[in-house]
Amino acid sequence: MESVELSRYLTMLTLSVHVIFATVGVGVPILIAIAHWLGLRNNDEHYILLAKRWARGYVISVAVGVVTGTAIALQLALLWPRFMEFAGQLVALPLFMETFAFFFEAIFLGIYLYTWDRFKNPKHHFYLLIPIVLGSAMSALFITSVNAFMNTPQGFTLVDGQLTNIQPLVAMFTPAMPTKVAHVLTSAYMTSAFILASIAAFHLWKGNRHEYHRKALALTMKVGLIFAIATALVGDLSGKFLAEYQPEKLAAAEWHFETEGEAPLVLYGVLTETNEVKYAIKIPYALSFLVHSNPTGVVTGLNDIPEEYHPPLEIHYFFDIMVTIGVFLPTLALVYWLGLHRNWALIKRRFFRLLLVASGPLAMIAIEAGWWFTEVGRQPWIMRDFMKTAEAATESSHVGIMFIAFAVLYLILMIGTAVVLIRMFKNNPVEKELEKEAIEQRSEAK
Amino acid sequence: MTIEIIGISVLWLFLFGYVIVASIDFGAGFFNASTIVTKKNHIVNTVIQRYLSPVWEITNVFLVFFFVGMIGFFPKTAYYFGTVLLIPISISIILLALRGSYYAFGTYGTKGHKGYTIMYGVTGVLIPASLSTALIVSQGGFIRETATGGIELDYAALFTSPFAWSIVLLSLVSVLFISASFLAYYSSVAKDQGALTLFRRYTWIWSFPTIITALGIMIELRWHNPDHYQGMLSLWWLFVLSFVCFVWSLWLLKKRSYGWSFIFVVLQFALAFYAYGVSRYPYLLYPNLTIYDSFTNETMAYALITAFIFGFMLLIPSLYLVFKLFIMNKPYIQKG
Repeated sequence: MESVELSRYLTMLTLSVHVIFATVGVGVPILIAIAHWLGLRNNDEHYILLAKRWARGYVISVAVGVVTGTAIALQLALLWPRFMEFAGQLVALPLFMETFAFFFEAIFLGIYLYTWDRFKNPKHHFYLLIPIVLGSAMSALFITSVNAFMNTPQGFTLVDGQLTNIQPLVAMFTPAMPTKVAHVLTSAYMTSAFILASIAAFHLWKGNRHEYHRKALALTMKVGLIFAIATALVGDLSGKFLAEYQPEKLAAAEWHFETEGEAPLVLYGVLTETNEVKYAIKIPYALSFLVHSNPTGVVTGLNDIPEEYHPPLEIHYFFDIMVTIGVFLPTLALVYWLGLHRNWALIKRRFFRLLLVASGPLAMIAIEAGWWFTEVGRQPWIMRDFMKTAEAATESSHVGIMFIAFAVLYLILMIGTAVVLIRMFKNNPVEKELEKEAIEQRSEAK
Repeated sequence: MTIEIIGISVLWLFLFGYVIVASIDFGAGFFNASTIVTKKNHIVNTVIQRYLSPVWEITNVFLVFFFVGMIGFFPKTAYYFGTVLLIPISISIILLALRGSYYAFGTYGTKGHKGYTIMYGVTGVLIPASLSTALIVSQGGFIRETATGGIELDYAALFTSPFAWSIVLLSLVSVLFISASFLAYYSSVAKDQGALTLFRRYTWIWSFPTIITALGIMIELRWHNPDHYQGMLSLWWLFVLSFVCFVWSLWLLKKRSYGWSFIFVVLQFALAFYAYGVSRYPYLLYPNLTIYDSFTNETMAYALITAFIFGFMLLIPSLYLVFKLFIMNKPYIQKG
C-alpha cells in the first residue's frame, strides 16, 4: 500500500479512538456540574455523590483523551507534513488557542478533583466546574474550526502558489464552522448524557432499586432528550449547509445522481456496480424539502460533478447509521420522560431498560459514523479545492509499521480503560460509599 | 528585536518549562519504580503521589504547547521534522500514551498496582531519550536526501554517533538530577525525613554525571558542528555562570536550604539552555532551516503573539492557584 493510504488509515484509527474520549471529555463536565448544583441546592447527598463518582470515572477518560489527543496533534505533522506546512500559516491561531483552552481546563480539573473538602463554602468548590465546562467547550470549538477550515477554506488568496492577504479570523469563522461546532457540542452533550444514563439503567436492569440510580437515570435522560433534539435540529442545518457549500458530499451521502427538483430522500438500501439503488426506502420530495424547505427545490446530483471529485459512495451507510440513531434516541428519551410523568408501567419493563442501557453505546456509534461520514465525504481533498490528500502525505516508507504499533497501543488503552473503570465502580458500589459517608458525618457530629 | 526572535524566544521558554516540569515528573516516576525494586517504596510513595496527582496533566500540555507553537510560528518545520522524525516521535507518543494512561489507571483506578508503577517508571526514562532525537537531528548531519528528492533520517549515522548518545545520556541524568533536587525540597516541606534523606542522596549522585556529560557535549560539538561551537565560545560567560549556579546549588544542598538549592538548579539549567539556544542562532535545523526562511506570515505571527498574551493573562493566575493549593501549601503537603 502507498504511504497515502496507510497515513489515512492511521489518522482514521487515531481519531476514531480519540473521538470516544474527546466526546466524553467535552460532554461529561456539564453533567457533573448539573448534578453538583442540584446536590448543593436541594442538599441532596445522592446528587453530590453522583458528581463525585462521575468525576472519578471522568479522570480516567480524560487521561486517555489527553494521550490520544497528543498523538493526533503530533501525527498531523508526522503523517501530513506538506499539509501542515501550508495550513500552519492559516490555522495556527485556532490550533494555538485550543491548547490554551485545554491548559485552562486541565488546571481546574486538577484543582476540582483534589479540593473536595478544602473550601469552607461548598459553593466555591462548585465554581471550579465553570472553567472546566468552558475550557472543554472552547477547545472543541477551536479544534472543530480547524476541521471546518479544511472543508471550506477561506481567509487567504493564493497567487502563483504564494499565500497573500491572510486573515486569521476569517479562516477561523468559515461557513462550515457554526453548524459544525454546534453539532459537535450538542452531540457530545447528548452522547455523554446517554452514556451516563446507560450506567444507571444497567443497575436498574440488574435489579438494583436504589434511589441513587433512579435519580441518575431521570436526570441524564432529561438532559439527553434536550440535547438530542438540539442535535437533530443542528443536523438539519448542517444538511442545508452541505447542499450549498459541499453538494458533492450531500449527493454522495444520499446517492443522489441526477440534478433535479422534487428529489426523494433515500434511506438504507444497497448500491449495485452500475450505481443503481436497490432495496431502499424512498421518501418522495423529502430531500428537496430538507434542503430548501420546499418540496420542488432543485438538488445538485453527482452526475453534475466531475468524477475525479466524487467522494466514496459508501458514506451513505455512515449517514444512515448516524441519522437512524439520531432519530431513535430522542424518541426513546421522550417515551421515557412521558412514562415518568404519567406512571407508565412500560418504562419499568426489563426490555425497555435494556433499550436504555443500549442508548449510550448507540450514541457513541452515531458519533463515529458521523465523523467517518464527514471525513471520508470530503475525499479526495484534504483542503477542499486547494490540496488533495495524496499531495499532503508523508514520503516516509515506515507508516505501515507505525500503524501496527499504534493499533496495538490503542487496543491496550481501550482494554485498560474498560477494566479499570469497571473495577473501580464494582469494588466500591454506591451503597457502600453512602454508608461510609454517613458514618463519617456521625462521627463528626459527635 | 525582530518578530522572529520573539517567536523563537516564546517557544524556547515553553520548551524550557517542559524540560523542568517533565523532568520532575519523569524522575519521580523512575524513583517511585526503582524504590519498589529496592523495597523502599513506602518512604517516597506519599511525597511523590501528593505532588504528581494534581499536576500530571499540566505537564503534558507544555509539550503540546511547544510543538503547536512551533508549527504555528515556523510552519516549514512541520515538513522537515515531520518527515524525518516519523519513527522516533511516534515512539515517544506511544511511550507518553502508555505512561499517561498507566498513571491514571494506577492512581485513580487500582491503587498501588506494581505493574503500572514500574511501567510508569520505565517509560519515564525512555521518553527523554526518544524526544531528544529531535534535538539531535536539529544539530544537522543526520538527514540525507533520497533518490526521489525527498529527505529521510540517516539511522546508521544516528546510532553510531557518539555525539547523539551523549545527548541521550545527558537528558537521562539531568532528568534524575532535576527531579531529585525538587523532590528533596518537596519532602523537606512535607517534613518527611525518610524521603528527604533519600532524595538528598539522589541529588548528590546525579549531579556529577550531569555536569560531566554537559561538558563533554560542548567539546564534541567542536567536531560535530564547528559553527555552533564557535557560537558557544562567544557566550562562554553564560556557561560559566551556569556552572557557578551548579556549585552554589550543591552548597545550598549541603546547608539544607532545599528550596534555594532547587531554584539554583533551575537557574543553572535556564542559563545553559538559553546559552545553547542563542548560540545556535539562526538555525532551527542546521543547515537546512533558519528561523528567517521558515517563519510564518506576518499577520499570523501578530495574531499568535496577541493570543499568547491574552492566554497568559488567563494562565498565570490559574497556575498561581495550583501553586498555592498544592505546591506551596504546607497543610496539603504534610497531610500525607
